[in-house]
Amino acid sequence: MTIVDQKLSRRALIRTMALAGGGMILGFRMPGALASVIAPKPWTTPTNGTEINAWLTIDAEGIVTIRVPHTEQGQGALTSVSTMVAEELDVPWKSVRAVFADMNRHVNDGEEYIVTTTHGSQLVRQQHPHIMQAGASARERLREAAAQAWGVERSAVTAKQGALSAGNNNGTYAEFATAAASITLDEEPAIKAYGDWWLLGTVVPRLDVPVKVNGSAAYAIDTELDGMVYAAVKNTPVPWGRLVGYDASVIEDRPGILGVVEFRAVEGKRGPNHLQDGLAVVADSWYRAKVALDLIQIEWDFGAEGQISDATQKAEAERLWEVPGTVSNEEGGDALAMIAAADPSRVVRSEFHRPYETHARMEPINATVHVTDARIDIWSPTQNQASPIGIVADQLGRDTREIYTNTVFLGGAFGGNGGGNTAVTRQAAVISDRFRRPAKVIWTREEDINHDKQRPPHYTRLSASLDDEGLPEAFFSRAVWFPFEAADRHGPATADVGIGDSPYQFANRRHEKHNYHGHIPTATHRGPGVNQNAFIMEQFADELALAGGWDPLEWRLKMTEGNEPWQRVLNKIKEVSGYTTDLPEGTGMGVAVAEDHGSICGSCATVSVGRRGDFFIEKIIVVQNSGYLINPLNAREQLTGAVCWELSHALYGGLRLEQGRFVNTNFDSYNLMRINQTPDIEVHFALSQDGWWGGMGEPGGPPAPAAVANAIFFATGKRLRSTPMIQHDLSSA
Amino acid sequence: MLLTLNVNGTDHEVDADPETPLLWVLREKLRLTGTKFGCGIAECGACSVHVDGQLVKSCSVNVAIAVGREVKTIEGLSENSSHALQQAWVEESVPQCGYCQSGQIMAAATLLERSPNPSDSEIDAAMEGNLCRCGTYPQIRRAIHRAAEISQG
Repeated sequence: MTIVDQKLSRRALIRTMALAGGGMILGFRMPGALASVIAPKPWTTPTNGTEINAWLTIDAEGIVTIRVPHTEQGQGALTSVSTMVAEELDVPWKSVRAVFADMNRHVNDGEEYIVTTTHGSQLVRQQHPHIMQAGASARERLREAAAQAWGVERSAVTAKQGALSAGNNNGTYAEFATAAASITLDEEPAIKAYGDWWLLGTVVPRLDVPVKVNGSAAYAIDTELDGMVYAAVKNTPVPWGRLVGYDASVIEDRPGILGVVEFRAVEGKRGPNHLQDGLAVVADSWYRAKVALDLIQIEWDFGAEGQISDATQKAEAERLWEVPGTVSNEEGGDALAMIAAADPSRVVRSEFHRPYETHARMEPINATVHVTDARIDIWSPTQNQASPIGIVADQLGRDTREIYTNTVFLGGAFGGNGGGNTAVTRQAAVISDRFRRPAKVIWTREEDINHDKQRPPHYTRLSASLDDEGLPEAFFSRAVWFPFEAADRHGPATADVGIGDSPYQFANRRHEKHNYHGHIPTATHRGPGVNQNAFIMEQFADELALAGGWDPLEWRLKMTEGNEPWQRVLNKIKEVSGYTTDLPEGTGMGVAVAEDHGSICGSCATVSVGRRGDFFIEKIIVVQNSGYLINPLNAREQLTGAVCWELSHALYGGLRLEQGRFVNTNFDSYNLMRINQTPDIEVHFALSQDGWWGGMGEPGGPPAPAAVANAIFFATGKRLRSTPMIQHDLSSA
Repeated sequence: MLLTLNVNGTDHEVDADPETPLLWVLREKLRLTGTKFGCGIAECGACSVHVDGQLVKSCSVNVAIAVGREVKTIEGLSENSSHALQQAWVEESVPQCGYCQSGQIMAAATLLERSPNPSDSEIDAAMEGNLCRCGTYPQIRRAIHRAAEISQG
């Protein structure tokens, strides 16, 4: 593999934009004035109105306030939850308001919201039954209240758009709210089936948009409290290093400095949300704290982990490629023996590498904690608003009943908890407890990137033998990844998810994996595991197809015969993309499909590559099968965003590990995709609608880089077996 | 030291070190938190504001240079989110997490000032200093075109 420092030509990319024209979503323009709104600080749960159940209140004017227990990190949770409740309650959308639910109540009163964490593209697909049920239950109790008042059977009462009626009797939900609140149903109602919806499935504007165009939406980092102290932190640059010494005398006389606080790792508590050694400067402004901290010479001891680098990990991976690993899946005969015995001309072998990637959500990791004798308040950009309550209770030895999370908007999260389940919350708690003032800790971007919970690197070797039809006879893979402390999985992510369990029908297959101990904290990352592995599996699929003389799209259709959700996606790609392998040199199309969080998502990329090796992506077509969808507007936004997310890593990303730490920790060196590099993205749906639900927020990303790489192969004959892609020399002689 | 800053049309007396980046004075002293901290090195654009009508990355300019000039933040762009860009941002449903969007809108505002009906290429060139991790770039392009339409009636 030749690595040259070849940057994508901006001029070429800009030209692409001009050719490709404008955007892709047409017909979704929103009205300027929205009836349904949320407050800029939606943690303030209103007290007016009658609580029908934990999920909603109805006030005298008929305004329905829906309490959303999930966080809003840009994925549309506020709107999704509110539409699901409103669908069942049957109220005019313009009378709906949304607020965040009280997490203290949830944690201490029997967890009545069931699930509060927002991750895994699961909110709609897995939680719609209990969320819709909350609305249905409230509606039935309103009907029952009216039935009792009017002396009729509940079945005779119609509940529609906030109005109740039976014969000549008419009333509003507001009139019967108090009575409904005290009714217990003999049997809770079932939720509506697909086909009976009036609101779900339609385009509903996101509730949180208006507060995000005028600066009023409140994020954790925006918390400003009277008497607040601010802290800048240096965590041990190599995770789990020791703070040996420092000289803080140089900052003693600086204005506004309030003190220095040491953090120490606790023996036996070596998880991503535990304290590591570090030093904080506390001041009356964050910038004063940061400048002072930079003046302090700190001595660390990194131990042997200070020698780990990309090069040492690569050497370990290549060593492990020769060592049998844990078998993750095995079917049919001895695949390894079959490949070894096959005619070498019918064997395909390939090796791939993906590096560490980081969440780099736009809001840097931060937390604000206010400790008093009576109560503790937390403002945290966490994907689970309940989790900081437990973390602070543990850190300070306080009762969870005294601890409150003020749910804020998140400046992105993407599986990294946005700073919630990280040491930053403990740091803020320690400082506030010591100074007895509200304390805000903000990590610099460099700290945020170096100490994020990263996406682990993957090194994977694959081989297969082909039969007389040119189809795979046997398939073998051995995957090595470097998760924190040799974890077997991060959520759905494993070393070989999407490879070992690929739905392609290989009669004989064997898949092995090595979980190599990594000292770098790692975690889930939008599209966990598949985000790395689809690049590997779907390029290898193209390699197998081409070696066997098959068209890559036809090969995928053949290899998934009878698998309806995959066939539906592949056939839709065929219908809408004009996919062909017959294009002039320098131009190529590529397809890729991946399964993530229960959805099957396909991509078709069209690329052009210049003679000097600069390439641009003319178009990405996305075909999504999530079974169902509840909001076409939000679904398309999520899929488009996920494509940008994953192309960003595959084209430009890649953290570089040297001497145990990352060296490219800000946006001048860890590059994210910019607007002038963003291709035209076209979204299509191919929904099975036959009883299963897939996720929406993550599956759009994983197939996109493989589709681009496959397209580049057709344009140049060069296969990109590692990322970032811009490191590869694509020039032609 | 005491400095007088004109922000969104109002004079404010603030006590700040003159070398403090404008960003932190806006956020901590004036509590105008719509302007965001993203990178601290002028690479992401989340901190974009206007100083005398020019686009400035407020994380990387000293507050002292804003003295005697007019500073405009997202909070001062319009009354009631009525600026054409804010209307367009709502119509096109641009924000996802929303964190970068104040900076995006402030950058787009200076683009429309100098080029009332920008092409895609002009939009890309003007907006490449503003990162969006949610990938709302296609919506941003559309919204800027839409804002141009709104402005021109």
